[in-house]
Amino acid sequence: MLRYLGKRVIFMIISLFLIVTATFFLMHSIPGGPFTSERTLPPEIEQALLEKYNLHLPLHEQYVNYLKGVVTWELGPSFTEKSSTVNDMISRGFPVSAHLGFQALLVAIFGGISLGVIAALYHNKWQDYSAMMLAVLGLSVPSFILASFYQYIFSIELGWFPIAKWDTWRHTVLPTLALSASPLAFIARLTRANMIEIMGQDYIKTAKSKGLSTPVITVKHAIRNALLPVITYLGPLTASILTGAFVVEKIFGVPGLGREFVMSIQNRDYTVIMGTTIFYAMILVVMILIVDIVYTLIDPRIKLGGSRKE
Amino acid sequence: MQLTEKHFEPVSVDNLQAEEIKRPSLSFWQDAWRRLKKNKVAMVSLIFLVLLIIGAVALPWFSQYNYFSTDLTGKNVPPSGDHLFGTDDLGRDMFVRIWYGARISLEVGFAAAFVDLIIGVLWGGIAGYYGGKVDEVMMRIADILFAIPYLLVVILLLVVFSPGVGTIILALTITGWIGMARIVRGQMMLLKQQEFVLAAKSLGADSARIIFKHLIPNALGPIIVTLSLTVPSAIFAESFLSFLGLGVSAPVASWGTMASEGLPAMRYYPWRLIFPAVFISTTILALNLLGDGIQDAVDPRLRK
Repeated sequence: MLRYLGKRVIFMIISLFLIVTATFFLMHSIPGGPFTSERTLPPEIEQALLEKYNLHLPLHEQYVNYLKGVVTWELGPSFTEKSSTVNDMISRGFPVSAHLGFQALLVAIFGGISLGVIAALYHNKWQDYSAMMLAVLGLSVPSFILASFYQYIFSIELGWFPIAKWDTWRHTVLPTLALSASPLAFIARLTRANMIEIMGQDYIKTAKSKGLSTPVITVKHAIRNALLPVITYLGPLTASILTGAFVVEKIFGVPGLGREFVMSIQNRDYTVIMGTTIFYAMILVVMILIVDIVYTLIDPRIKLGGSRKE
Repeated sequence: MQLTEKHFEPVSVDNLQAEEIKRPSLSFWQDAWRRLKKNKVAMVSLIFLVLLIIGAVALPWFSQYNYFSTDLTGKNVPPSGDHLFGTDDLGRDMFVRIWYGARISLEVGFAAAFVDLIIGVLWGGIAGYYGGKVDEVMMRIADILFAIPYLLVVILLLVVFSPGVGTIILALTITGWIGMARIVRGQMMLLKQQEFVLAAKSLGADSARIIFKHLIPNALGPIIVTLSLTVPSAIFAESFLSFLGLGVSAPVASWGTMASEGLPAMRYYPWRLIFPAVFISTTILALNLLGDGIQDAVDPRLRK
């Protein structure tokens, strides 16, 4: 266990190091600096600015500085929003994004599992077909389109929910639904496929022949095993919710990190792009590691550190 | 019930009849195609996609408009006989722009899938066939690349390099091939232990011949299934990136760009959002449904 964990953590650190390095050199390969603008600055001022941000140093020294910054979690200043640093932006935006993401995660997991279980229990009946049609629609309609249509129908036409901003609980409904649609659909399909497979297993037959009722079999025997593969999906699920938030937050004007990231892309605010990319990458990589560990803890059939045979 | 001898009668064995082949024998692909043809949803999707491809290639030629000419006297005209899908805020004909956008989306989808296929099959094929150290190193590289969040890499590359169809395809394939490589590797590990590979080896076939003539054709099923799911996800990603403003640059527009431009105008000129949105969604839907159909047809064991 410890050996496996150590190995995984080392590979995680290598991945993150590669991400930081790639991000740094990609950003620095762009022609022009952060102070290049239509107005040419007097050379003295430009020099002073460069020195203030340590940009006059040779590239490798800047790189070492940046690595140090990442390790101590000082991601540098923002060049467009003069008063705040990247750290400020993350600590301001991330709680909002985390709130929205967590709600979407819950909706996706519970909604998806219920839909999948219903579809499997009514296998090849209309409930199954409509649930799966819904799921394939959820996978096919991009979140930004879904978000715009929610806005159009539920805010403009029906007036049920506010069109944008992030204030009360009612403000969170539409963004949450838009963000959770595609992971919900994916989980529903996954759960259905697993449930159908498991319902054909011998131990379910045994349970049936013991005279257990369908609800007991479903809840006590089938769902628990059908959920295991869903847990492996939690890593990619987090990724999909984090990245989905880029557009959903933008459309609904949610002041989260996703919107901050999109704005930094549009403003070409390189330190913010670098900082948030690294932050996102860390969350995702750590999340995937946690999911893998949880999975092996939950399912005793899987042994850690075994060979990578597939 | 008592069984007596008169309940039974001898069955005559006609050797000729027993040997007769009643139905034409079908190859694996003919069989898969037969199953796919029976799947109405998949066939409707296939027809839709063929029409879409024909439309994307042909329709822009036959229109009197083009995608870049602006007409400031005819801004935001609602759909009519003149402009089937209306015009946008610069008076450009939406119908032609939509079909031009179809070219971009399909190009990105198919090209990205094709590049993924080539790299994935080579990488996974070699790693799976040789196994051992080679496999360990190659799959470790893939693992590390895979741990880097896909969309972040894509966004980063698009920020740095000049926007365009080529850049998008490059960005989508830089980590996109890993899924394919893993599938192919898994198949290779299974197949290489079978007798026909041993037979080929003992007949003196070299590694390249075994990989490309024997192993990969046998792994085509899973490869095609993976491929059929890559195309919609590439189109999906392209529209997402265009929506973020990282797509092709003006005046060329993909569906994602048009949807993003139409969004602020949703309230007063809804057609500017609705047409691109419907095209993106139905195309991805059709591709997904066709992919599901192909999966069922190629791998009947998975049929539920």
